[in-house]
Amino acid sequence: MTQATTEATVPYEEALAAYDPVLGLEVHVELNTATKMFCGCATTFGAQPNSQVCPVCLGLPGALPVVNEKGVESAIRIGLALNCEIAPWCRFARKNYFYPDMPKNFQTSQYDEPIAFDGHLDVELDDGTTYRVLIERAHMEEDTGKSTHVGGATGRIHGATHSLVDYNRAGIPLIEIVTKPMVGAGERAPEIARAYVATLRDLLAALGVSDVRMEQGSMRCDVNLSLMPTGADRFGTRSETKNVNSLRSVERAVRFEIQRHAAILASGGSVTQETRHWHEDTGITTSGREKSDAEDYRYFPEPDLVPIAPAADWVERLRESLPEPPAARRRRLQGEWGYADLEMRDVVNAGLLDLIEETVAAGASPAGARKWWSGEIARRANADGRDVPAYAAAPRRDPRPCGGVGVVGHQRPTQ
Amino acid sequence: MTTELITATAAELAARLAAREISSVEVTQAHLDRTAAVDGAVHSYLHVDAEGALASARAVDRRRAAGESMPTLAGVPIAVKDVMTTAGLPTTCGSRILQGWIPPYDSTVVARLKAAGLPILGKTNMDEFAMGSSTEHSAYGPSRNPWDLDRIPGGSGGGSSSVLASFQAPLATGTDTGGSIRQPAAVTGTVGTKPTYGGVSRYGLVALASSLDQAGPCARTVLDTALLHEVMAGHDPMDSTSIDAPVPAVVEAARRADVAGMRIGIVRELTGEGFQAGVQQRFDEAVRHLVDAGAQVVEVSCPSFVYALAAYYLILPSEASSNLAKFDAMRYGLRVLPAGDDDPSAEQVMAATREAGFGDEVKRRIILGTYALSSGYYDAYYGSAQKVRRLISDDFAAAFASADVLVSPTAPTTAFKLGDKLDDPMAMYLNDIATIPANLAGVPGMSVPSGLAPEDGLPVGLQILAPAMQDQRLYAVGAALEARLQAAWGAPLLASAPDLTAATAKGA
Repeated sequence: MTQATTEATVPYEEALAAYDPVLGLEVHVELNTATKMFCGCATTFGAQPNSQVCPVCLGLPGALPVVNEKGVESAIRIGLALNCEIAPWCRFARKNYFYPDMPKNFQTSQYDEPIAFDGHLDVELDDGTTYRVLIERAHMEEDTGKSTHVGGATGRIHGATHSLVDYNRAGIPLIEIVTKPMVGAGERAPEIARAYVATLRDLLAALGVSDVRMEQGSMRCDVNLSLMPTGADRFGTRSETKNVNSLRSVERAVRFEIQRHAAILASGGSVTQETRHWHEDTGITTSGREKSDAEDYRYFPEPDLVPIAPAADWVERLRESLPEPPAARRRRLQGEWGYADLEMRDVVNAGLLDLIEETVAAGASPAGARKWWSGEIARRANADGRDVPAYAAAPRRDPRPCGGVGVVGHQRPTQ
Repeated sequence: MTTELITATAAELAARLAAREISSVEVTQAHLDRTAAVDGAVHSYLHVDAEGALASARAVDRRRAAGESMPTLAGVPIAVKDVMTTAGLPTTCGSRILQGWIPPYDSTVVARLKAAGLPILGKTNMDEFAMGSSTEHSAYGPSRNPWDLDRIPGGSGGGSSSVLASFQAPLATGTDTGGSIRQPAAVTGTVGTKPTYGGVSRYGLVALASSLDQAGPCARTVLDTALLHEVMAGHDPMDSTSIDAPVPAVVEAARRADVAGMRIGIVRELTGEGFQAGVQQRFDEAVRHLVDAGAQVVEVSCPSFVYALAAYYLILPSEASSNLAKFDAMRYGLRVLPAGDDDPSAEQVMAATREAGFGDEVKRRIILGTYALSSGYYDAYYGSAQKVRRLISDDFAAAFASADVLVSPTAPTTAFKLGDKLDDPMAMYLNDIATIPANLAGVPGMSVPSGLAPEDGLPVGLQILAPAMQDQRLYAVGAALEARLQAAWGAPLLASAPDLTAATAKGA
């Protein structure tokens, strides 16, 4: 069987009338360090399979890990930007399980001693209200290799004739950011989920620690969701929908799971604790493996690594060097430029902040800069099927002067 | 001439090589000839690399002839325990699951041996993944004790101990997780040191238990052991647990052999009951020799040592169960397809390979360790064992407050007969009772010959333990004892070992 049957759902409003959603998000971020977390291999995306590997990231007998200091620095900066406490002393742990794309058959991760914990991130919603997402922890770990299942209809392992494994990704540093359960979001849960991931993405981009490209997998989101009857305070059984990899999908997946859970509960059934797959095309989730209490990763402190004890003055230096938070920067720029809320939101959504800031710095008026980038240039970019930042960035990298689109990035905007 | 080359110490060979009285090719060839003559009976080697060793020897001879200044041991051949990766040479760890694996990289220790110009004769036998005290758990058959071919050469490093005691190599490498260098040295009348944890790089050493494993030198004399120690030791950025500090002055300590005024602690819990009479007798005599050489004796107590074996057999299997998970048939080594299944899953191939590729002792420890780390049992087993480990470190700290070194017999008995303890894992484990505490605490230890037990005429070893980073004290005590004992015996202990060529000829 390759396709799970579509499960029943109830209309969204009906679900929300009877139940309160409890939402938890786990976001994995690939750091953009030049080398892997525990060895010196390159991390370039899209390289020839198995060309960026060595005895360490292949888990060859005898090889040992050494921590990438830049990875630790990025983890601390992320923790600080998320208003977390930074552990004065913590360790890596081994998470033991077997899978062909995991070379050592354990993942080097952190267990009960994360490097950052107890933080929060304020998320602005479209109507201007702010929702505070509490952060449970942010910890360091390594990515696995990537399996490609060949010969099946779905690209999943069932029905495949064979699988190919690419270990280029094995050992790339990851930060896993886990929220505390979000309660009281009500009908806005899907919107909050999306806004949280978007805000986190902007924050990480501003920190410069990751490419945060969801479509390339450098930022991946798992959605934990459960329902409890309205007014109750005991959480229901949750499902974990893995690898929801666009902002729109995050919103849709939360919405779908609310509708699916409600249908099960309303008919007197009970939700199975399991991982689920998100299907971008059909907008539904299907059952993955059951995640029961039987899963036991046999965590223990990684004896091949020494504890991490970031010096307090180093952490303070990193704190002082944090960039301006994206939300604060937006507020500041809006004030400086005098844009109306709606104008500002359009500019932000089109990703034009940096371009307008540069243009204004080059002497243009804020109003002129906005009109230039969101008017004429946006039209031409749109006709070309691209967004403005990509459209504008392309000719900037090209040292040769040329006509056509080449002038876009160089031309001074009209006043 | 040939006999002289194989019975000479590494220090003597090094001096004669430096003076260009002999060539490395001659020395290497003499040892290869010896192996051809006796290893059929002893089975020290899993793999002999005659061609590679001679090529290295020729390169050293050429450089020396060209007037280059060479490292001390350049040209002195060495045998390497099969747990250390060697680029281009098989590395099996005594296991079927790595049969045919040729590592693409050198362990740091091997890289340092090569850089120091030591020709590598071959890879020595061991208990599978270093789990055992006899080499009987090697998938490729046991090594034998050159003192009595029906007896064990110790383990896991029985290939390295027997290669020395049968004069097939003047030097060998070992690894010691609970006594795998020291116990084989004791039962073969050779010398072996487990350095301070972190003193020698573990990079490229196939892990048994990461927090206990330590590579170290094996030889027939204390000075040779020190010379090899200096080559192997030192900081390695590829091993996060490697100590970034100068190597203790072990060679200087071995040359001075000075114990005047040194306080020698006798550990109450590691003598007396449970130790063979002749082992205890040679131990007592050795202590008297040290007193005669100017040392003071103090008695110390390490009450937590009685829990060491239990803690060790939780920590070791726990770490081993995780370290050995990588042997899954996906990337290297053995791959076995399950019978009667045309389309097996990856998991089924892993299971069939691990079933066929691991021996009983390895499976026993993987099962033990998996259980000990399981949710709900972790605190009771692994967690408690780590607390015991801390208590043992505290015991050592207290003991070293009143003693500069501690001494005990290395092993409770002399070499037992092959097969005697194979079906009784607990009896086998008890062999390491005196050596295990040092691994749990990370402190250095050495075994040095203290004579033959009167009742069976087999070698007995004295264990010396020192505080972390004070490895040189082992060499001072070991060399002082060795000098006095050899003066009393009139020759090295191994001079009284049986003539293997006669034994081999008789057996053939």
